[in-house]
Amino acid sequence: METANPQEIKKHVRTYITVFVALLTLTIITVTVSYLHLNIPAAITVALLIATIKGSLVASYFMHLISEKKIIYATLVLTAVFFIALMWLPIFHHANPVIYKNVP
Amino acid sequence: MEIPYTVTARPETGLFNAKAGIWLFLASEVMLFGALFTTYILLRIGAPEWPHGELDIPLATLNTAVLITSSITMVMSWASLMMKDFKKYRIYMGATFLLGVVFLVIKAFEYGHHFGIGELPNKSTFLGIYFTMTGLHGLHVVGGMIVNAYFWGPGSKMWKTQPERFTNRVEVAGLYWHFVDLVWIFLFPVLYLL
Repeated sequence: METANPQEIKKHVRTYITVFVALLTLTIITVTVSYLHLNIPAAITVALLIATIKGSLVASYFMHLISEKKIIYATLVLTAVFFIALMWLPIFHHANPVIYKNVP
Repeated sequence: MEIPYTVTARPETGLFNAKAGIWLFLASEVMLFGALFTTYILLRIGAPEWPHGELDIPLATLNTAVLITSSITMVMSWASLMMKDFKKYRIYMGATFLLGVVFLVIKAFEYGHHFGIGELPNKSTFLGIYFTMTGLHGLHVVGGMIVNAYFWGPGSKMWKTQPERFTNRVEVAGLYWHFVDLVWIFLFPVLYLL
């Protein structure tokens, strides 16, 4: 982004405003859906899906990830691998829980 | 000694050094908050029941809007510097700082309400993880506000002598601020809506 000229930046500004409106709209949608009291799996899916879209918009446009250098992508891919591994821990635990015997 | 690659890109990375640095730091932050999200999932699936309706959704929705707005003012402050408009930069950066204050004031109202009715972190697993996650996030907001205040005030003198370096500094501060917004985007549904 450091090579962008003022004309290009003006174009970016329009994108930032569009992303801002999208983020506010998605916030309203996710709150509205939460008041519908869907069943737990559906509620988790919708809430996390909307949060992921919002997070991707922030990362892609506000943080300029849509046009960044390879080394940043490489760092983030590595981070994503470890993050996913971390998120699997509760699932492993749930599938094979530690059972305490003779605990008073 | 002069700090290398503050403006020009380092050939090996294609980035000025601070940008490579902030991304590595943010990667470590992903793991920090990731560990807390994992803890939350473990506690929640292990709990016999999980409270609903204890948190103020309208207030948290307002805070989400505040933080999203602060993200656009932050990116606009950087864009203003790219367009050589220092006056607009000061307005947008000042607005970003003030929106950070608004976020913390709203959070303080929420905390005050909980404390007022005896809902302290040690009262339940839910309250423990709620205060830990939002508290750590709040500390990140405070950290970002200190940096933003510096770049709005005394740190902005650099614009007169080294404008490109200053613009890069603001971009890096912005990357951190957007990350703090991103964390809240996940905290909000996980703690308040589900």
